[in-house]
Amino acid sequence: MTASVDIGAVTLTYRGASGGVLALQDTTLNIQRGEFAAVVGPSGCGKSSLMKLVTGLVPPDSGEIVIFGDKVHGPVKIAGMAFQNPNLLPWRKVIDNVLLPLEIVRPHREQFRRRKQEYREKARALLKTVGLDGFADRFPWELSGGMQQRVSLCRALIHEPALLMLDEPFAALDAFTREELWCVLRDLWQKLSFTVILVTHDLREAAFLADTIHVMSARPGRIVLSKKVDLPRPRDLDICYEPQFTNIVHELRAKIAEVRKA
Amino acid sequence: MTATLEKLSPWLFTIGIFVFWEAVCRVFKVDKFILPAPSEAFMAMAQYWRPLLRHSLVTLWTTMAGFALAIVFGIVLGLIVGWSRTIYRGLYPVMIGFNCIPKVAVVPILIMWFGIGEIPAILTAFLISFFPIVVNVATGLATMEPELEDVLRALGASKLDIMLKVGIPRTQPYLFGSLKVAITLAFVGTVVSETVGANAGLGYQIALSGSTFQMPLVFAALLLLAIEGIAMYAAFAYVEVYFTRWAFRSSMSAAAQ
Repeated sequence: MTASVDIGAVTLTYRGASGGVLALQDTTLNIQRGEFAAVVGPSGCGKSSLMKLVTGLVPPDSGEIVIFGDKVHGPVKIAGMAFQNPNLLPWRKVIDNVLLPLEIVRPHREQFRRRKQEYREKARALLKTVGLDGFADRFPWELSGGMQQRVSLCRALIHEPALLMLDEPFAALDAFTREELWCVLRDLWQKLSFTVILVTHDLREAAFLADTIHVMSARPGRIVLSKKVDLPRPRDLDICYEPQFTNIVHELRAKIAEVRKA
Repeated sequence: MTATLEKLSPWLFTIGIFVFWEAVCRVFKVDKFILPAPSEAFMAMAQYWRPLLRHSLVTLWTTMAGFALAIVFGIVLGLIVGWSRTIYRGLYPVMIGFNCIPKVAVVPILIMWFGIGEIPAILTAFLISFFPIVVNVATGLATMEPELEDVLRALGASKLDIMLKVGIPRTQPYLFGSLKVAITLAFVGTVVSETVGANAGLGYQIALSGSTFQMPLVFAALLLLAIEGIAMYAAFAYVEVYFTRWAFRSSMSAAAQ
């Protein structure tokens, strides 16, 4: 397998009003093509900074980031992103929210008018796979939080990005909806096979979904542990109650407790 | 029952105020050169309906002309100010300063430049009403969710793309909210200018009737002014709901809350 995301010795400082804050120091991380990687760590450890670096929204002070063989200069244009807040546009119907990336990403934006019917079909199909069949013509504010987050996932995936960046996408949902959406994400990933970087502080979420879990230290953030999750796939929610799963969560928890103290 | 009462309550309150006013004038036998009773004001309205109608229409069209200028200029300037932080920071103190100048002090200058007539009234209405529009449009752009901007930038969107797809649509509730406020200010501007120097309009009528102690006529003109203001406010409130129904339903917009 070839590396899809290669973060080499990256340092990042934010210049705020009260002096610089060292967000990341000497962070190194490799993610394979098609891999599901999770990044966990205590709050304020620079997980979100990592997201901005990988997508090229913020340049690092030193070190370099290589994505699919190309060094990152500026926004990468092949990434889909979703956050804790679904950030849907309330004046657009669900389907038009999902289509938004196609109005922007090349080469789709030039073809958008011509191929609109085809794109709409594609968006409808994607909405169907996340269980939102029949909701395409509703407005986002008519949907529940969990449904809005599904729409947000569809919007992140409609342009078939090679890389999906998720920043605590399920953190604001209730426990049942969250587990439901784990399965939605798992199925999407297995069906469409893209590379995922999931930032989360839910260790069970990381262990259930990811191939590899990277633990970050408190600020300045560094990767202190990379743990392979060798649970068989496809995984079912019942796996969360197996001793093997519990052991992984335990180990991660111990490591995070350790870096929080340090 | 309570629903119908709620619907009727604006009318009941208005009628109640007039009844109270009428009663006070009659019970205390208030001189009509001091405060005419509403019945006298309405009688003056009926008696002088021809000149009052003409002056009302002059005030209405000058206000609307000034307001139209304010909308165009306010949107353009609001977009420019909201576009970049540098422009925002540079222009804001100037605009605040400008807004602090009482427009009544500017009217004599406008009259010197353009002469007695409708142009100073239009310009005063414009000057007094564009500020809230600028501020609201700029606020709508400036409060855009940074995460949403990240999503779009990570797709390769330019600043212009982000403005067209997100910034400008999300500014609509702020804009339409500000129009309601601005239209009532525009009336103030017009009347101030008409009072100082004009030969038509309700402001002119008020100044003229006041100087000849025709107080019922003054109050008739004031009431007409209030009616015009309410009508235009209602029109723009309707426009607001019609165009930005989504903002009243979603929790996104601070302007709609």
